[in-house]
Amino acid sequence: MKISRSEVEHIADLARLELSEGEIKQLETDLSQILEYVEQLNELDTTDVLPTAHVVVKGDVLREDESRPSLPSEDILSNAPRTQDGFFRVHAIFRKGGR
Amino acid sequence: MTLHRLTIHEAHDLLRRREISSVGLTESVLAKMEECDPEVRAFITATPQIALEQARRADKLIAAGDIGPLTGIPVAIKDNICTKGVLTTCGSRILEDFVPPYEATVVERLRKEGVVQVGKANMDEFAMGSSTEYSAFFPSHNPWDTSRVPGGSSGGSAAAVLANEALFALGSDTGGSVRQPAGLCGVVGMKPTYGRVSRYGLIAFASSLDQIGPITKDVTDCALVMNAIAFHDPLDSTSADEPTPDYTSYLEENLAGVVVGVPIEYFAAGLDQGVEERVRDAIQKLADLGAEVREVSLPHERYVVATYFLTSWAEASANLARYDGLKYGLFAPDARNIREAQSKARGRGFGREVKRRIMLGTYALSSGYYDAYYLKAQKVRTLIKEDLDRAFDAGVDVVVGPTSPIVAFGIGEKVDDPLEMYLADLYTIPANLAGLPCISIPCGFHEGLPVGLQIMGRPFAESMVLRVAYAYEQGTDFHLQRPPISL
Repeated sequence: MKISRSEVEHIADLARLELSEGEIKQLETDLSQILEYVEQLNELDTTDVLPTAHVVVKGDVLREDESRPSLPSEDILSNAPRTQDGFFRVHAIFRKGGR
Repeated sequence: MTLHRLTIHEAHDLLRRREISSVGLTESVLAKMEECDPEVRAFITATPQIALEQARRADKLIAAGDIGPLTGIPVAIKDNICTKGVLTTCGSRILEDFVPPYEATVVERLRKEGVVQVGKANMDEFAMGSSTEYSAFFPSHNPWDTSRVPGGSSGGSAAAVLANEALFALGSDTGGSVRQPAGLCGVVGMKPTYGRVSRYGLIAFASSLDQIGPITKDVTDCALVMNAIAFHDPLDSTSADEPTPDYTSYLEENLAGVVVGVPIEYFAAGLDQGVEERVRDAIQKLADLGAEVREVSLPHERYVVATYFLTSWAEASANLARYDGLKYGLFAPDARNIREAQSKARGRGFGREVKRRIMLGTYALSSGYYDAYYLKAQKVRTLIKEDLDRAFDAGVDVVVGPTSPIVAFGIGEKVDDPLEMYLADLYTIPANLAGLPCISIPCGFHEGLPVGLQIMGRPFAESMVLRVAYAYEQGTDFHLQRPPISL
């Protein structure tokens, strides 16, 4: 599988990774090489094989829906680069006036 | 002062009889660390003040007659396991200032046992690597030969134990990250059954494969640490609600009635001849100890690396989506909008290897490719697991082989050939894909460097794995050999 430059840029965009020119070139080569390696799995006919969902865990794990204390918000915010009034401060997501 | 050379059980006996104090033991370990860590570089963060404070507390507990097997014992903790109030970087720039507001379950349990935390051990960034060369900060060095890697990703943990900078360590194992460095350093490393040890507070890499495990100087110590860290934790929904036996009660010196399976596929091209000879000698030793040795076949062995790639990278790309530079972690002050804030923080905060795996994982999960890659890998994972099930169903108690096809390689030797480095994980990966308990123990030396023997058991049969490992260890003296730098 040959991965093109535009595919690398598209995947980087999906993954929210800003890449340098050198990184993009290197990833074109690396991704192509590694995807070619994993394609050996296509030698196997897996039509009737069930995919592994969990190796050991049996069934769903449920707990009582009871409230319990969580971490204080100041502890949670202690690692945040920017906070305001007890919230994480981030860039505006909506424009003024809607849309 | 040679207290740093003690094992957990040796130190415990002396502490219990009040012949030594935890402060004395801790000072010896810290002195060793100060002396050799500039060369070994096992630690990202050393915590001598915390260690001495905990040692004083342990001595008070011991004076009051309140002593458990791990009370007062110095431990190194891999830097992807959250320690409340102590920097936890995961080997990454993106978390270089991250101080967890909570404790991982395993750390909380060890603290209750009265352990002494000497520091946070170096690792490949986000546990992605086999040498610690992908640590964002610096590589660790193998105490047997400091021009070589200690293995990875828990290379700092293994090097710290070998160099006597801690009596034991915790690592994490997603595709071999506890066992491979244990093998390359010549110490004992166990990956428990998936779900046996809580992952709460372990920074996630690949959630269906990750397990925390001990790295120790001998098998008895491994059993003692497993006794402490194996229990059901309601904070981890994959934590198994299974009874925890006293693992030390399974340590016996003969293997009568035990069936050892040796996969024919393990002894193939790529396996270093010197490693093969040591492992074949070890298998003969198991037979001499009374085990019945049988050949088994794992026909899908050649697909394990590709299956592991797709599984772990897809899961990693999803897990690492949480690093957005907003709630914690590296921040991009020059970003003009939220999308740039995320892309810049991630572009700057993640290293080359982590980016490569996020890219591959994102690709494998992206629209139109999911069935061809991730789903296909989960189907082949079933076939790999069924191969092992068949061996166990036929009466095999443990499957043994080499931990790594090669001994410790030179720093810088493989860093530019990722595929070659990845392929060296072929023996350790199946235990993660199938969720099985698995240990690496020292089984000799090749060209002056340790060779690891891997022993894999049925789900939750840590006791059998430890029994075989202990019998072998008692019949040999490889675990007693230590490099000059550690003395």
